[in-house]
Amino acid sequence: MIDTFKILFHQGKQYIPDVTKAKVPGIFRGRPVISNEKVDLQALVGICPTGAISEGATTVAGSVGSNCAKSSLPAQTASEGLSIDLGKCLFCGECERCFPRKIHFTQDYKIATNNRNNLIVREGEDTPIHFDDTLRRPEISRLFRHSLKLRQVSAAGDNSCEWELGATGNVNFDMGRFGIEFVASPRHADGIVITGPISKNMSRALQICYDAVPAPKIIVLAGTDAISGGIFSCSVAENDHICADMLNNDVCSGSRELDRSFLETHTVDLFLPGNPAHPLTIINGLLELTRF
Amino acid sequence: MDTLRMHNGDSVAFSTIPVMDYHCFSSLIVEKLSSGTASVRHCVNYFGYPLDEELRLVIAIADDAMHDIEVFSCRVPECAAIQSVAVQVPALSRFEREISENHNITFEGHPWMKPLRTTPDDYPFYSIDDEELHEVGVGPIHAGVIEPGHFRFICSGEKVLNLEIMLGYQHRGIERLFLKKKRLIERSVLAESIAGDTAVSHSVAFASLYESLCGFKASEAALWARTLASELERIAIHTGDLSAICGDVAYQLGSAVYGRLRTPIINFMQQWCGNRLGKSCIRPFYTPYPFTAEIAQILLTTLTVYERDFVEMGKKISHFPSVLSRLEHTGIVTLDQVSEIGAVGMTARASGLERDIRSSHPYLLYGNIDHRPILKHHGDVYSRTQIRKEEVLQSVGYIRDMLENVPDFGIETAITRGVAGAAADKADTSANAAAAVGANSAAVNLGHAVAPGMFAISLAEGWRGEICHCAITDSQGEIALYKIKDPSFHNWTALELAVRGNEISDFPICNKSFNLSYCGHDL
Repeated sequence: MIDTFKILFHQGKQYIPDVTKAKVPGIFRGRPVISNEKVDLQALVGICPTGAISEGATTVAGSVGSNCAKSSLPAQTASEGLSIDLGKCLFCGECERCFPRKIHFTQDYKIATNNRNNLIVREGEDTPIHFDDTLRRPEISRLFRHSLKLRQVSAAGDNSCEWELGATGNVNFDMGRFGIEFVASPRHADGIVITGPISKNMSRALQICYDAVPAPKIIVLAGTDAISGGIFSCSVAENDHICADMLNNDVCSGSRELDRSFLETHTVDLFLPGNPAHPLTIINGLLELTRF
Repeated sequence: MDTLRMHNGDSVAFSTIPVMDYHCFSSLIVEKLSSGTASVRHCVNYFGYPLDEELRLVIAIADDAMHDIEVFSCRVPECAAIQSVAVQVPALSRFEREISENHNITFEGHPWMKPLRTTPDDYPFYSIDDEELHEVGVGPIHAGVIEPGHFRFICSGEKVLNLEIMLGYQHRGIERLFLKKKRLIERSVLAESIAGDTAVSHSVAFASLYESLCGFKASEAALWARTLASELERIAIHTGDLSAICGDVAYQLGSAVYGRLRTPIINFMQQWCGNRLGKSCIRPFYTPYPFTAEIAQILLTTLTVYERDFVEMGKKISHFPSVLSRLEHTGIVTLDQVSEIGAVGMTARASGLERDIRSSHPYLLYGNIDHRPILKHHGDVYSRTQIRKEEVLQSVGYIRDMLENVPDFGIETAITRGVAGAAADKADTSANAAAAVGANSAAVNLGHAVAPGMFAISLAEGWRGEICHCAITDSQGEIALYKIKDPSFHNWTALELAVRGNEISDFPICNKSFNLSYCGHDL
């Protein structure tokens, strides 16, 4: 018994007192800032493994729904200059390493939002990623602000986002203090958290699980793989029609083993970017979604 | 018949691999892998490679006594029907299923030719027609925050008679993507996505393989960084698993303490490379985040604090009856069983089978470390718990030794830039830009071209066990085949065997004691 108390005593205080203000150690790669420095843009755009960096006045390709780049969201005209889409970014830091004066990843981990378009970071902007108040559903904060139970569905995730979702419940992050927990059954849940690019083999199980959650319910996408398909999706250059053919002939640059149609027919309430999403990104995102 | 002998991390001309007919090939496999020699030799990879309207079957058998890998192959016609060897060598059963599924080959006499990575709705699970038995189906979505897979139990009351595991839900076609995505950074990111909890070890295997194909020798500093990262990964995941094991036997103190002990280790990874799982820590040809004396000091302090609390908790567990009674004699896999199914890594070592690439086929700096694998002999959940505790402390010791001589990464960075053809007198950004363009062009990777017509193999000991990556390049120097084998590919069978005769309520603890990868298996 006495040794149990000793162990308890030796742990000290491990919890993060304020998860909204905690600082992350070291060189965390959170929200990037793009400077106005003149660089070889073609080289910079070419570095990105997932085509998250784009140049010029582009429309924002949603690519939420389809396996291939597809604009399932209202197109929005971006300002001139370079932009990084955090929904596609794998936070590998290669662009920052090669162009340290142009791109800098800050320690800002509050990069969750309810609007896919708000994940686009533009050149010269250094403003936090914000929520879109027009997309907020009043019943979410009314019903879930003190208790939110979530069912996690790993759909071809690589176990890194699952790992970090698990870490939100440990004694350091202690998400349970906000009444937010993962539950075993969709029947007990208020929503689902999807990780991974959604494989064909998981698409049906995902739909069944979602259908089993009682309404009103939310959908959260955790990690870049879930938001855009990440490295598994097709490149930006390939549009929808080409891709359908290409997938059949297997010349499309993405994986033909995905089925992201679930996201075409359902509205996503929260995007948590990251590879994997950091526990603080997850907790702050969920708090912002439910406690506004 | 002669075989080609190569070492871990070698690449050879594909044409030098001996080719024989299937009859000789299969008899040679049986001769090499028949049960008496199972503890010395085991199959690290066996796959098909379509070539000139035929299928080449290539097998790589590691010889732990000779410290080399024997490779040989055979030609079979497309869609051929050939005699299975899985009855004589059960360890090859899963490989034959994979070849059958990928290349439409029929293995006659295979004991159980069921799908490997497809999940048909009407799949007939193994069943026993008996009024006293019942079946329990679990998954693909599980109760916890874990990956998907379907488990089908046949139980008599509380007792499990049989468990059949159906995987494939995580299949993303990652091997095919290695061929489609031609830029180095894309492939590096893919290697990290094979299994996120083993990002470092899979990246190590990929980097060694890729550098070997380009005839590039990594610097001592790079090898040092990779060794350190691999051992840190082992410490972090083993600690997390200990937490999960305690959680599954409802020992809250152990679960909380180990859970929080993992945090400083993975936070250190973030301090070093910006990612808690070590993603982007390891890349072929260069070290993106050089290790400095300053972070060496942080790591030393972290480990000192960590080790004290880790040892204290470990002592408590090994003397705590209510924990021990759940762990001891639960989920036993015998030495014979692990030898027969070709189990690797921690799973094999917990049952007394010495399988550790760090000592048998040394790579990185493991040749200098004189690694002695830790062995346990009971093969139960407690053995797998103990092995984790001891391996963590062993790794802490290795890291302490390594930190006494932190290499100079300055030279390495300069070399990498020089190779990329960056002019040293130019501004910082443009020098980096040149490096970036070099790194991303298809044919030139930082100035290194992939050699044509090669076969390369690399093995790495991840925290679960042996990881094997193989690649074959075509006459243009493009990668024509990329094969990945996660240790889970062998070890899932061990879990099926472990739960037999146990109560079904002990399944979670058995499962957690192995903590196998779904995505690493499904690819």
